[in-house]
Amino acid sequence: MKKYFLLLLLFSILFVSCSNKDNTIEEEYTPIPYSLEVPELFQQKLIAPLIPTNNPLTEEGIALGKKLFFDKKLSKDNTQSCASCHNPRNSFTDSLRFSLGVDGLPGSRNSMPLFNLAWNFNDKFAWDGKELSLERQALEPVRNPIEMHSSWSNVTLRLQQDQEYPKMFLNAFGTERIDSALVTKAIAQFERTLISGNAKFDQYLLGNTSLSQQELNGFTIFMSEDKGDCFHCHGSDNNPLWTDNDFHNNGLDTSFNDLGLGSVTGDPNDNGKFKSPSLRNLVYTAPYMHDGRFSTLEEVINHYSEGLQNSSTIDPLMKKVSQGGVQLTPLEKADLKAFLITLTDDDFINNPSFQN
Amino acid sequence: MKKIIIICLFFGLNSCSQDRDISLSPVAITLNFAHSWGEDEISSSDFDELKFTNENEQTLSINRLRYVISEITLIHESGEPTVLNDYNLVDLTNEAGLSFTTSESILPGDYVSASFRFGFSNNLNIDGAYPDLNSALFNVPGLLGGGYHFMQLDGMYIDNNNQEAAYNYHVINAFDASNPNETVETSFSVNIGGLTIGSNTNINMKMDISEWFKNPNMWDLDEFDTNLMGNYDAQLLMNQNGSSVFDLVSITQ
Repeated sequence: MKKYFLLLLLFSILFVSCSNKDNTIEEEYTPIPYSLEVPELFQQKLIAPLIPTNNPLTEEGIALGKKLFFDKKLSKDNTQSCASCHNPRNSFTDSLRFSLGVDGLPGSRNSMPLFNLAWNFNDKFAWDGKELSLERQALEPVRNPIEMHSSWSNVTLRLQQDQEYPKMFLNAFGTERIDSALVTKAIAQFERTLISGNAKFDQYLLGNTSLSQQELNGFTIFMSEDKGDCFHCHGSDNNPLWTDNDFHNNGLDTSFNDLGLGSVTGDPNDNGKFKSPSLRNLVYTAPYMHDGRFSTLEEVINHYSEGLQNSSTIDPLMKKVSQGGVQLTPLEKADLKAFLITLTDDDFINNPSFQN
Repeated sequence: MKKIIIICLFFGLNSCSQDRDISLSPVAITLNFAHSWGEDEISSSDFDELKFTNENEQTLSINRLRYVISEITLIHESGEPTVLNDYNLVDLTNEAGLSFTTSESILPGDYVSASFRFGFSNNLNIDGAYPDLNSALFNVPGLLGGGYHFMQLDGMYIDNNNQEAAYNYHVINAFDASNPNETVETSFSVNIGGLTIGSNTNINMKMDISEWFKNPNMWDLDEFDTNLMGNYDAQLLMNQNGSSVFDLVSITQ
């Protein structure tokens, strides 16, 4: 009897041991939390970036988002990825006035550059602010008939049948079952890591480099209320985003083919208003404005100097509209351009973490 | 007997201590900001339309209104002042910051006076020091003295050529470019009066925007419409007109 008892005990121990081992294998993988590398000036000057509580950043989520961002499986015929219109070499836009979709059809607005998106405090994305989060924005291009022209059911099926994706989703989100919500969460995580904060002007503010006299003159014009008066919408040495992320009618037209914010809110007082883009990396983001009408920085500066058009919703900050603009001299224009170019962040363009 | 006295003393003291804790626990206070044009209450839904007439009989619209208040100060009946370090950006355009509860607390009780400051006093108007205001692009360029806007009031008006023109009624600390070291304090204190602070005190204020254009200086937008930040004299006039824009509506407990 004693022998049987000992055998039973031994068997029990072995069983428990095996059982524990099996549990270890099936243990759920916990993704590794990721903290954004926030540039020094951003830490000093800005409030914390917005990270949704239901989509915290993880290393696995970001890696998955990056793979998805560059993957042409998201388009109808496997010819386009997000990066086709948001090329890292162009500060995540492209050089076309209107990007072409998978069917060769052009859109109606210029592709927006992508960076510093976690500091878009109003959480309204796109030129007209229609997308109320990065996650929601990422839903749109896949099913847009003039962009990727696919459907989420097709895309998720393709991803589900892929060799790598199910495991990557498991590691990032705890499930191999792929759906549009998780795809867009991953892409949004990757997009939030796209931080541009190391331009020459940033280094100047940190005391690590100097500016030429022309660049300094340009900054003065930018900051002068009676000259460029750019700072009210595009930031300053105290706001390294170089945008207010708000919506303005900046005097492009007397009437509107594209209502912009007004098409989203339905308020006629919002017609012709579009989001102020950041002035970082302008060297890489031509053409300019929501409809890419200006090919060069000179054209942009000329617009604000003498090309303003009056309309019913023009922003009061376009204060010299009756004179066509702020009337800069050729020298002042050249100085202003020289300053704007100091906001170019080549490290961002060449960052290997952001390349395919 | 001695033990009984000690026990009674202990409970007695403990009881007193609890009473004092309850009655003197510091509390936050809430300031609410409403807005009017004269007698008419307004909100952001009244913006963007040429529907207001100033004292100078100029028709105007409001497209944007933001201002900062700071230094909430209370003088206790004992004479002791309490100054809260809070500040708040009131943004009527986006209906944000209209109700503001202080992050710092004060002891309940009777206060012979209370006030807040419109804008920042010189010692607190520190260039780039407030990340939330930097993020809201409320800064003043260094070449105009730095620090922050006190108010940004933008809109359109009908000028003397019967054309729509812009105005940017931006209040900052007056800066004289010809004498940059001489500063004049153009933020100002708004008196609330005496009050009793309880556990849930709401101070309800109202800004009459029309007062910026009339009292004591009748404002001619044809003369002062844009580029006012660098206009030292205009800033002094704005400061004078600001003295009558706020009214205490009520204090509720």
